[in-house]
Amino acid sequence: MRPDLDYIERWISNGSHVLDLGCGDGSLLALLRQRKQVTGYGMEIDTDNILACVRKGVDVIHQDLNEGLDDIDDQSFDTVIMTQSLQQTHKPDRIVEDMLRIGKQAIVTFPNFGHWTVRSYLALHGRMPVSENLPYTWYDTPNIHFFTFRDFEVLCRERNIKILERTVVDRNHQANWKINLMPNLLGEIALYHITR
Amino acid sequence: MPTEIPADSVGLIQPQSAFFEEPLPLRSGRSLSDYTLVYETYGTLNADASNAILICHALSGHHHAAGYNSLEDRKPGWWDACIGPGKAIDTNRYFVVSLNNLGGCHGSTGPMSQDPETGRPYGPDFPIMAVRDWVKSQARLADRLGIECWHAVIGGSLGGMQALRWSIDYPDRLKGCAVIASAPKLSAQNIAFNEVARQAIVSDPDFHQGRYFDHDTRPKRGLMLARMLGHITYLSDSSMREKFGRELRTGKLNFNFDADFEVESYLRYQGENFSDQFDANTYLLMTKALDYFDPAGDHDGDLARCLSQARCRFLVASFSTDWRFAPERSEELVRALTRARRQVSYLEIDAPQGHDAFLFPIPEYVALLEGFLGSLANGGTA
Repeated sequence: MRPDLDYIERWISNGSHVLDLGCGDGSLLALLRQRKQVTGYGMEIDTDNILACVRKGVDVIHQDLNEGLDDIDDQSFDTVIMTQSLQQTHKPDRIVEDMLRIGKQAIVTFPNFGHWTVRSYLALHGRMPVSENLPYTWYDTPNIHFFTFRDFEVLCRERNIKILERTVVDRNHQANWKINLMPNLLGEIALYHITR
Repeated sequence: MPTEIPADSVGLIQPQSAFFEEPLPLRSGRSLSDYTLVYETYGTLNADASNAILICHALSGHHHAAGYNSLEDRKPGWWDACIGPGKAIDTNRYFVVSLNNLGGCHGSTGPMSQDPETGRPYGPDFPIMAVRDWVKSQARLADRLGIECWHAVIGGSLGGMQALRWSIDYPDRLKGCAVIASAPKLSAQNIAFNEVARQAIVSDPDFHQGRYFDHDTRPKRGLMLARMLGHITYLSDSSMREKFGRELRTGKLNFNFDADFEVESYLRYQGENFSDQFDANTYLLMTKALDYFDPAGDHDGDLARCLSQARCRFLVASFSTDWRFAPERSEELVRALTRARRQVSYLEIDAPQGHDAFLFPIPEYVALLEGFLGSLANGGTA
């Protein structure tokens, strides 16, 4: 199981109504249903992922997140989750705003473009970084908005978004004291628990 | 005629019929004093009757959904692509029931049946059926077959409306509900198409106010036109382009009003073929059932409130090139279901065939149905 799911689980209360944006094969929702008795849906654009959800009995709605979430009522979910997809959306700031419009709380995870390996790759090679964690070349990457932890926190401050909790981990989703010392340099993946 | 029955076919099937003496009160305020339902079954009902699936048919459908009624049959049942051993609706696992709806013209009581009050065929006097009336009659058939709770009720188009009505009127009698290429109600454009079809029929001089049998004739021209119009709306622009393009029948323009283009002769053939097999009064009645369907109507137009009665899991599927019941119409339903916090999955399937796509064994579609039905069997969700 993906270790980041463990972190997310801690931030979800029992029996809550959740929406998982870009839910993939539905693993997180299946886990949350089993351990936290949550209700709710995944949203996904990829047909194979949707089929995987349906086979698991995870409720999933076919939706392009770039077309917006306008159809969903305000505050209709307890928690809206988006793991590792925000950097792939056309308008990440609008998505975050929408997540907190339709949900009372939101959980966002994303890769940190401020990690030291990324910084040094660009500095040394003069080319867009390619790594195990970010394996794409600039022209075929689904990740179209790169940002760092610090960038995200600036956005939250500007939009009056409250950060309830933050966990910064390495690519294996392990946290340690070194990372916490210099998260924007040493953390590879961030998990944010936010609200208004 | 198949030279031999294919291995993934349910094989030779005998239609059955069930007679019901208990009167059926109808939405119109009228009632049927007694009636017969003709149906077919495929597969085997298990000991606790928990593997039964009901198939609801669309406008021109009937009970013969899969297999062959005789070795002389040119084609198998209308949804043979998806019903059979190892197919999307796997008859090795499920007991499938498919019936001809009341008002139909394939054996169940309808305009061609005898009105017990007059001793003559009902003709235009047959009561206009509502989707809920069909569902009520289907529930009685379920009672008769010893099925307390369907594993799933499945339907495309008008059939999807019946499946949806099941979830509202009999929430405890189905585990899953698959609403395919359908809509929670018709749009003005949908009703307009139906009205043109009806006008084509009733303005045929052979219609005789629906009493055409008394005149030993049938409004074939009108029915043919209605079907030609309907057929255009079941196909997509791209599928017609692909199939016919601007191909000419004789290789040249003839500068007269005969069919120059292949698409014209195709539509004429389809229309004529249909008008030989279908009853005009049934066609009128079926289009009315479509027009009248609007379950939210009982709830001040609030579909979410209406659907909050449902207890089953829903599967909603649409097809990208369907413009008769476009994906947006399915999304309307999905939105209401999520608002009502019902369990629902939705997929828009990329398919070129238009509305007709729901009849084809498109791989993603087959996998979707299979996956949904399987997840219901596993107990699925919380």
